[in-house]
Amino acid sequence: MKKTVLFGALTIAGLAAGAAAAGTLDDVKARGKLNCGVTTGLVGFAAPDANGEWHGFDVAVCRAVAAAVLGDQNAIEFVPTTGKTRFTALASGEVDMLARNTTWTFSRDVDLKFEFVGVNYYDGQGFMVPKSLGVSSAKELDGATVCIQTGTTTELNLADFFRSNNISYEPVPIETNAEAQQQYLAGACDVYTTDASGLAATRATFENPGDHVILPEIISKEPLGPLVRHGDPEWGDLVRWTLNALISAEELGITSANIDELKKGTNNPEINRILGTEGKLGEMLGLDADWAYRAIKANGNYGEIFAKNIGENTPVGLARGLNAQWKEGGLLYSPPFR
Amino acid sequence: MSDKAYVRTEMLEPRDPPPSSVGPIHWIRENLFATWFDAILTILSAAAIIGLLIEVVPWLLSPTWGGTSLDNCRKILAAANHDGGACWGVISERWLQMLFGFYPAELYWRPIAAFVLLGVALAPVLFSDKVPGKLLYFTAAYPFFFPWLLWGGTIWGPLAAAAGFFIGYGVYVVASRMVGNLTGVIAGILAAIIWWLVLSGYAVDALAGIAPIGIEPVESRKFGGFMLSITIGVVAIGASLPLGIVLALGRQSDLMIVKYLSVWFIEFIRGVPLITLLFVASTLLNIFMPPGTDFDIILRVLIMVTLFASAYMAEVIRGGLAALPKGQYEAADALGLDYWKAQRLVIMPQALKISIPGIVSTFIGVFKDTTLVSIIGLLDPLGLSNAIRADSAWNGIVWELYGFIALIFFVFTFSMSRYSMYLERKLHTGHR
Amino acid sequence: MNRRHETRPECHGDFSVMTTLTDPPKEQFRLSMLLYDMRYRSATIQVIALMGFMLLAAWLINNTAQNLAALGKPIDFGFLSEPAGYDINQRLLDYNSQDSHLRAAFMGLLNTLVVAVLGCATATILGVIIGVLRLSHNWLVSRLMTIYVEAFRNVPVLLWIVFIMAILIETLPAPRAFRGDNPTAEMMLGDSVAVTNRGVYIPEVLFSNSLGDVHLFGNSPLRFDVSLDLVVILIVLGLGLWVSRLIKIRADRIQEATGDRPTTWYLRLGVVLVPLLVVLWWLGFHFGYPELKGFNFRGGTHLRNSLIALWLALSLYTAAFIAEIVRAGIMAIPKGQTEAAAALGLRPRRIMSLVILPQALRIIIPPLISNYLNLTKNSSLAIAVGYMDITGTLGGITMNQTGRELECVLLLMLVYLLISLSISAVMNWYNESVKLKER
Repeated sequence: MKKTVLFGALTIAGLAAGAAAAGTLDDVKARGKLNCGVTTGLVGFAAPDANGEWHGFDVAVCRAVAAAVLGDQNAIEFVPTTGKTRFTALASGEVDMLARNTTWTFSRDVDLKFEFVGVNYYDGQGFMVPKSLGVSSAKELDGATVCIQTGTTTELNLADFFRSNNISYEPVPIETNAEAQQQYLAGACDVYTTDASGLAATRATFENPGDHVILPEIISKEPLGPLVRHGDPEWGDLVRWTLNALISAEELGITSANIDELKKGTNNPEINRILGTEGKLGEMLGLDADWAYRAIKANGNYGEIFAKNIGENTPVGLARGLNAQWKEGGLLYSPPFR
Repeated sequence: MSDKAYVRTEMLEPRDPPPSSVGPIHWIRENLFATWFDAILTILSAAAIIGLLIEVVPWLLSPTWGGTSLDNCRKILAAANHDGGACWGVISERWLQMLFGFYPAELYWRPIAAFVLLGVALAPVLFSDKVPGKLLYFTAAYPFFFPWLLWGGTIWGPLAAAAGFFIGYGVYVVASRMVGNLTGVIAGILAAIIWWLVLSGYAVDALAGIAPIGIEPVESRKFGGFMLSITIGVVAIGASLPLGIVLALGRQSDLMIVKYLSVWFIEFIRGVPLITLLFVASTLLNIFMPPGTDFDIILRVLIMVTLFASAYMAEVIRGGLAALPKGQYEAADALGLDYWKAQRLVIMPQALKISIPGIVSTFIGVFKDTTLVSIIGLLDPLGLSNAIRADSAWNGIVWELYGFIALIFFVFTFSMSRYSMYLERKLHTGHR
Repeated sequence: MNRRHETRPECHGDFSVMTTLTDPPKEQFRLSMLLYDMRYRSATIQVIALMGFMLLAAWLINNTAQNLAALGKPIDFGFLSEPAGYDINQRLLDYNSQDSHLRAAFMGLLNTLVVAVLGCATATILGVIIGVLRLSHNWLVSRLMTIYVEAFRNVPVLLWIVFIMAILIETLPAPRAFRGDNPTAEMMLGDSVAVTNRGVYIPEVLFSNSLGDVHLFGNSPLRFDVSLDLVVILIVLGLGLWVSRLIKIRADRIQEATGDRPTTWYLRLGVVLVPLLVVLWWLGFHFGYPELKGFNFRGGTHLRNSLIALWLALSLYTAAFIAEIVRAGIMAIPKGQTEAAAALGLRPRRIMSLVILPQALRIIIPPLISNYLNLTKNSSLAIAVGYMDITGTLGGITMNQTGRELECVLLLMLVYLLISLSISAVMNWYNESVKLKER
C-alpha cells in the first residue's frame, strides 16, 4: 500500500487493486497494526478515555489478539462502529476482527458470511423497570412504553416476546445506550430493554441504582463473541484460540502475576503447551511460541479482564453468572490445548 | 427689513424639545411601545428573555470546573448548596478531545498550523484588496501542503502529486509546439494521469528511500471532534471547487450529452439526503471499487461529501455565470478568444468572484452537515459526545456537551456568515 | 473512421447552384478534423464524454458484480416480501411485525411524508411571521428575531433535533406524574389534552355510527384503508362550498346589474355548515379523550415525542432560513410601493398584506422551494430521535437485519429522489402560475 493517505486516494484505481487479499494474518503483520471494530461506546465494554485510549471488556480481547500476533497490545487501531456499520466494516476488510458485543446467530453466521470464533460473554435480553412501578414480571407490562436500542437483535426478540404473550407495547427505538438511559431516567419510557449486561452496566451508573429492578425474565439467548470474515480459516483459528487461551488461562490458574513464573516451566503439560515451553502450538498458528504468553500477559486471563472491566468491584458490577468457568457452574469451556 | 409693529424683530430662544420626544423615554416609546400591539410584543419578549435567563444563568454559573466525574460534580454542588447546576468538569477534562479527537497530543501543532495557514492561503482570495498578490503562489501550493500537515508521512507524496501538474503542463508545452494545441492538451492530461496513477508511486518510494524527509504519519482514524468536521468541510469544498466548475460549465454547455450528464448528476445528488450518501460511504463504496480495495472510512466519507458538495457548488457557480452580463461573453468572443481562453481569462475570474458568498454559504452548510457522520459511527463532536457519555464517569451528562458543541459551531459559522455578508456588500458596491 | 467522405451534400449543392464550371476541390475528411473542425468537434467531445461515462459506469458495475459475487450476495429484492419482524410505533395504516419489509418501508414512507408536510407548513408560517417581525420597528422584537435567526441558522440541524428531544424528555412530566393522590402534573384544556414527555395526547375524532372503511389493494403490502366517514364528510363539504360559490356568483351578477349587493354571508355560511353538522350528527361524531390507564394514557391521538421533536426542530431550523428569504423578498420591493400604498390611505398592516407580500412572493418562492426540499431531506435525520421514517425502517432496521445494503440504499435514494422531484414539480408549477405575466 502507498505511504500517504493522499496517495492512497490518488492511486486507488490503479495500484490498490493489485494488493488484493493475501491472508489476513499476513496483512496484519505487514501493516504492523490490528484493525479492530468496537462499539462507539458502551460502559464497561468499550469506551475511549480522556487520552483517547480505549478500555473495556471487548477492547481487551482485541488487545490480546494484537499482543499475540504483533507482540504489542497497543499496536491496534480501534474502529468505532455502530450497529448498522459493523458488518459492512468487517465484510469490506476495513477491520480484521469485530469485538463488539455481537450476538452469534444463524443468519449472521451463514447468510451474512461471518465466522464467530467463540463466545466471550453469555448474555440474554432482559428488562429494567423502576421499582416504583411495582412490576415483578415482564408479562405484566401490557401497554408499557419500551425503550430499545436499534440495530440489534433486541427489537426482533421484543416483538416476538410481546406477540407470543399476546400483550401490547409501545416501542421507542433509540440509537445509543446513552440516549436510551436518558429517556428511561426521565420516565419517557417505562421499561428499558437490552442485553442484561448492558442493563446492569447502565443501572450501575444511576444516581440511585436501588430504585430500579431488572426483571427475572431473560427473553433471549445472546451469546456475544468476536467474529471474523468467512473464508480465512487461519485467521479465524488465531482469534478463536487467543480467546480460548484467555479462558483456559483462568481455568488453569495462569494470571498476569504468575505467568512469568509459570513460563519457566511447570509440571502441568497443558500450561506448558499454552505458554509455548512444550509442543509447537504457536508454529501451527503461524506465530511464534510465545503468542499465548503475550496475549495473557497483556491484560491478564479471562477472569482478570472480567474483574477489571465489568466485574463486581467495578461500577458496572456484573456477577460472573453464566460466564463462570464450567467447573464453577458456568458455561465457559475452552477446548483443550493439545 | 420691516418696521411693522406686528412683526417680531428679535428671535425667541430655542426651547428644549418636549421631554416625550427626546431621551430614553422617547426612544422607549418610539421603539418599544409605539402601538398597543407593539407593547404586547415587547412585554411578551421581555418576559421570555427574563424567564430564560432565570433558568439558564444559575445553571451556567456552576462551580464544577474541577469535577472529576458526574458523582463528584453532584457532591461539589451539594457542598456549595447550589441546586441544579451544570457539571463543567466534563468540558474541562474533554475539551481537547472534542477539538482534536484522538490526534496525538504532541502533534496538536500540526492541525493548528494547517488551519492557521489555511487562513493565510485564503487571504489573497478573500481579502484581495488588503493582501499582496504574491501570496497567491502559496495559495496554489497549499492544497498539497494541507493534507501533508494533517496526515503526515513523507514529503515526497504531496510533491509528487504536485509534480503531476508540472509534468502535464510540460508535456502540453512540448506537444503543442510539435503537433498542435489541442493534441497538446490531451497529451498533457494523459501524461499527468499516467504519472499519478502509475509512475508517481514508484517515484515516491524511490525518493523516500534516498532522502527520507517526512513527519510522523497520523492515520485518519485518529481524526475526531471539530478537527474532523473542519477537515471534512475544507477538503470537500476545496476538492469540489474544480468539480463544481466543470459541472456548471457542463450544465451551461450546448453539447447535449455533456449537458444531460451534468444535469442528471447535479439533480441526483441534490435530490437525495446526505445521509444516504453517507450510507453509501459506510456500506457500499468499497463494493463499487475493484475487489480487494480498502481505504478507510474517513477517506470514503471525504469522497462522498465532496461529490455532495460539488453538486451544490455547481449550482452556486452557475448562479455566478448567469449573473455575469452577457456583454462579457460577447466581448470575449469578439476578441477572438476560444471557449477555454474565454472561460479562463474573462468569464471564470469574474464569475468565481461573484460566487464567493455562495461558496462560503455552501461551506457553512457542508460544515454543519458534517455532524451527520456521527450517524455512521465517526467520532465527530456529536459522535464523541456519545462516546464520552459511555465513560462511566460521565454517564448521564447531556446539556453541557450539547451546549459546548453548539457554542463552537455557532462561533465558527456565525463568523463565516458575517464574512460572507461583508463580502456581499463589498461586491454590491463594486457593481454599481 | 479514415474513410474518405466523397461529398458533403449541402456544400456541394450550394456550389453547384452558383457555378457549374469550376467545381471547388472536394473537401477530404481527415482525422484531425474531428478535433479542429468546429463542425465535428462538439460531436467528438460528446462521444468522448459519453464513452468515458459509459466506461466509468461499466467499471463500477463490473466491480460491484465481482464484489457481490465474492460476498455471495447477488442483487435480490426478494427480502422485501419476507416478514419484517419488528414493530413500528407510529403507523398510519395497519401494520404488525409479521408484515413484510416492503410494508414496513411503506409505513416509513408515510411517516416521512407526515413530518415533511407538517414541517413545511409550520416552517412557512413561522418563517413569514419571523421575517416580518425582524423588520419591525420594535427594537426588542427585531433584535430577538435576529438572535433567533442566527442561533438556528448557525447550529447544525442534527444538534437541534437531539437538543429539542432532550428538552422534551427532561422538562415535561412523565405520565406517572399524573397518577396518584397528589399528581404533580395535570391535563390541560378541561382534561382533554395531556402533555407528557412521551408525547402529547389530544382528543381523537370518533364516530359512533361509523360507516366503516373500504379496504383497497386487498392483502398486498400497499394495502390502504379509506374511511367512508371521511369520504362522506368531504363530499358534503365540497357540495356545500360549491353551492356557496353559486350564491356568490349570483350575488355578483345582481351587483353588476343593479349596483346593490344582497347580503349573503349567512346564506353562504349556512349552506356549508348546516349539512356538515347534520352529517356529523348522523355519523355520531364525538371526541375520544385520552385517559391514564395502566402505564400510559390510552385513547386520544398520541403525537409521539420523536415526531414532535423532529417536527419542531425541522420547522424552527427551516423557519430561520425562510425568515431571511422573506425579509430579503420584502426589502427587495421598492420603497415607492409602500409610499404609494400609504398615499392611498392603506394602514400599515394592509400595506403589508395587500401590496408588499404579494409582490415579494414572486421573489420568495424559488428559494422557498429549495428550503422545502431541504426540510424533506433533513427529515431523514429522524433516525437520531428514533422516529421511524423511511430511513429508520428501510435504511435502518431492514438494512441491518437483512444485510442487503445495496438494495436498501438504492431504494432509499430512489424514494427520496421521487419525493424531491415531485416537490420541485409542484412548486415550479405554482411558481409559473404566480409569475409576473409579461405581455
